[in-house]
Amino acid sequence: MKASQSVPRARARLPAFACVTAGAVAAAALVGCATPPGSTNATVPVLGPAPVIVRADVHQEADAMRVSTLDAQRIDRATFGVDALALQQVGRLGYARWVDEQLHPKPFALPESVNDRLARMKIVREPLLSRLREDVTVKKSADAVADDEQKKTAQQAYQKGLNTQADEAAQRWLLLAANSPNQVQERLVWFWVNHFSIAQSKANLRLFAGDYEATLRAHSLGKFRDLLEASALHPAMLRYLDNERNAAGQINENYARELMELHTLGVDGGYSQADVQEMARVLTGLGIRIEAGDAKVKPQLQAQYVHTGALEFNPNRHDQGTKIVQGQQVPSAGIAEVHLILDRLSRHPATARHVSAQLAQYFVADVPPPALVDRMARRWLATDGDIAEVMKVLLTSPEYDASLGQHFKDPWEYVVSATRLAYDGNVVVNPGPMLNAIRQLGESPFGRETPDGWSMLEAAWASPGQMTARFDIAKSLVGGNGNGNGGLFRVDGLTPPAPLPKARVESSAWLRTQAPRESEATRQALFETLQSHPGDWAWVAVVSPEFMRN
Amino acid sequence: MQRRHFLHASAAAALAGGLSLNATRTWAVPAGGALDSRLLVVFLRGAYDACNVLVPQTSFYAESRPNIAIPRPGAVKDAALAFDADWALMPALKSTLYPRIQAGEVAFIPFAGIDDLTRSHFETQDRVELGLPLPGEHVDPAAPRADTTQGFLNRLAQELGTRLDSDQRVMAFTDRLPMVLQGRRMVTNTSLGRTGKPATDARQAALLQKMYAGTTLERGVSEGLDTQRQVAMEMAAEMQEASRNAITAKGFDLEATRIARLMRDEVRVGFVDVGGWDTHVGQGGATGALAGRITDLSRGLDTFAREMGPAWKDTVVVVISEFGRTFKENGNRGTDHGHGTAYWVLGGSVKGGVHGEQVALTGPGALNQGRDWPVLNEYRAVFGGLFQRMYGLDAEQLQRVFPGGQPRDLKLV
Repeated sequence: MKASQSVPRARARLPAFACVTAGAVAAAALVGCATPPGSTNATVPVLGPAPVIVRADVHQEADAMRVSTLDAQRIDRATFGVDALALQQVGRLGYARWVDEQLHPKPFALPESVNDRLARMKIVREPLLSRLREDVTVKKSADAVADDEQKKTAQQAYQKGLNTQADEAAQRWLLLAANSPNQVQERLVWFWVNHFSIAQSKANLRLFAGDYEATLRAHSLGKFRDLLEASALHPAMLRYLDNERNAAGQINENYARELMELHTLGVDGGYSQADVQEMARVLTGLGIRIEAGDAKVKPQLQAQYVHTGALEFNPNRHDQGTKIVQGQQVPSAGIAEVHLILDRLSRHPATARHVSAQLAQYFVADVPPPALVDRMARRWLATDGDIAEVMKVLLTSPEYDASLGQHFKDPWEYVVSATRLAYDGNVVVNPGPMLNAIRQLGESPFGRETPDGWSMLEAAWASPGQMTARFDIAKSLVGGNGNGNGGLFRVDGLTPPAPLPKARVESSAWLRTQAPRESEATRQALFETLQSHPGDWAWVAVVSPEFMRN
Repeated sequence: MQRRHFLHASAAAALAGGLSLNATRTWAVPAGGALDSRLLVVFLRGAYDACNVLVPQTSFYAESRPNIAIPRPGAVKDAALAFDADWALMPALKSTLYPRIQAGEVAFIPFAGIDDLTRSHFETQDRVELGLPLPGEHVDPAAPRADTTQGFLNRLAQELGTRLDSDQRVMAFTDRLPMVLQGRRMVTNTSLGRTGKPATDARQAALLQKMYAGTTLERGVSEGLDTQRQVAMEMAAEMQEASRNAITAKGFDLEATRIARLMRDEVRVGFVDVGGWDTHVGQGGATGALAGRITDLSRGLDTFAREMGPAWKDTVVVVISEFGRTFKENGNRGTDHGHGTAYWVLGGSVKGGVHGEQVALTGPGALNQGRDWPVLNEYRAVFGGLFQRMYGLDAEQLQRVFPGGQPRDLKLV
């Protein structure tokens, strides 16, 4: 904790990177690379020679640990795929303590090569607000061009700038998903960003995506109440679900409805159309203001005015009357009304049930076991919505153990786990190939148009076209002929390692998780491949039916 | 079973005796009883400007679009192509579909679309593809809750059931399975816009089949691999032909050729989308950006018709878009998001011309909210009526395809 207080203010917005800076030295040992003390604080990225660190010692240690198949399969499900580092963690701690550590993640250091990569990103170098202000200027000048053709060119350049920042957001997210030792947190970051889904295709939300992910990340294992507020007061959500247009006399119910239906109570959570309308009134005036100065407000309402970053609560636009939501009064009190309804929603039993069921769907089964959901919801209510506590119930439940090996991986899980397995011990510095694969499989980061987020059901991702697409992209990821995908280790400005890492799956991670549950047919296919086409070995392993599940 | 016999019998009777055709006639049930009808839905994502393709012949039109209006048919340069008293056509169609239009193979349905007024591309596309009642629309309270995980073409495929033999596939020619084809019936998807072989060779495919045998994914995997193999075969045939022909097809034309190969053989219900229609800036008039897109599209459709060969008479292509655009041009010589659009229906047995409810576009009063084409031909009504004619679906079946929809027979085929 002391460490995170010492980080510069600008970085405090991005918790993951605050952690990187703070915990660099302590955690360097964990990833087996000797990070020179102090160099992580440099603002100008230092170009090192080879960005890949092979952690042979980690493999050896993991082998020596003799982690049980049960424990290995437990962590395989809870993470974006088991690797030697995860095996080593659970080997040292035992599963119960591993769960505790993962649910209360410690600061960690990313390898220098990954930090270099991140430090070049505009979304890391410049805070959201300054990027938003720049956006206003650039857009204005593009729109002002008189000549049609030139205007088109200027507007295309403007769009390209937006795309770059959205790409950076996705790439940073994937670098963390693949490389972070706090893997349960990574899974939860995905879950929450999907739960409070935004679509980057709307307006200029491409600028907001990275900041939104980082903001939810900071609360991914804290209290649901704080997480809910982080989403509710983030300009990305206010723009995506149109609350910036919601004003007294010009009601827009979009966010009010999804706040109840998707984010908290659930569609059967016991609210009516009238409640949605009342909720929309509570939310009036909550919006976005990018320019530096404050809006002009009636003098008697001045005290209610809020303008922090790009968030604005404008009492002129707020419905000052009393509202009644789900039978309970919300007295007129400016933005405090929003805090009050977020309090109520996050503690509502329907919310506890709805969100617990969704967590169980993501981590356990398409149809979550009702008894497990009950226990999670009870824990939720007993701990005031402590996400770590609710997740602990899930990860240590008999239902979780009973479901191992049966849950179909969604494209993110599939692509990241295949990469982590095949290049176990190597540091991915360029997530581009993973991002392409995920996009090809149709689960693009910030790509879901509707606010319900990507489906977590097997049926959504196991269509015939999806399966063959998996077989094809697996080839590009782990490479035909055993050559691997060098793109994962190549990045502008850094000398790629020589030789480039090759895909290999004959690791302790494979032996502890996949090998024990392989069918006779898969075993036979692997055996034949080894005899006749050894270069296909890694590919066959990751396209096997067993690797589709965890 | 009985139903199929009935349909078969009535079709045969119609053919034999030239009887007047009732609403449930199926026009493509051959003697064998298997389904010969082919349906291809082409979704123009981004909302194309229908008003400059099917051009209203009113002075209000010309006044509303001082920079981008297409001149009336006549001797002027870049004049519209003559069609009927109320409508003319974008001249970009001249070298592509115009001969088929004149031959009566193309029907246009102006003022078509969905009642949704969000004017959001994605929300409207999703809603069209779902084919469900809109929020707030009056629905029979006894009706089952709308299932938002299935699109209307998947529901159609479910109704066709065993009439679609297992090897007569339903297929999306897209990278991802689109909403419209998601649902309980297994549907495969593969994009045909790219060249290149599948990454998996025959030996590897056999290995995959073996590994997945006996698993719950077995059927999907073999279906997917079969499709890949078939597409690869079609591509190989195309390469051979290409070496004989000097001209190489590009863009949608190329895709359309490949789609035709698959629909000639196995595919009975297909879907493809075409992008690039969101013309807010400098869309051009008789020539320019939109005309270029229309040329690509219509050339592809003409190629498709030709490639279908004798099967063209059993084929119906429906071209749709999520909404239309503003009637007036905007400040950037483009158009903004509007409401009603125009659907195209093409096929060897299609009844050409302009169909459906219409309004004369003579003044602002004819417009929706004073800004865009109204929707007079709701998409569920149009598709419902068409499915009724194509497949002889009864009212109950149509309700399952379009819950709450009211099919309207526009006698398109």
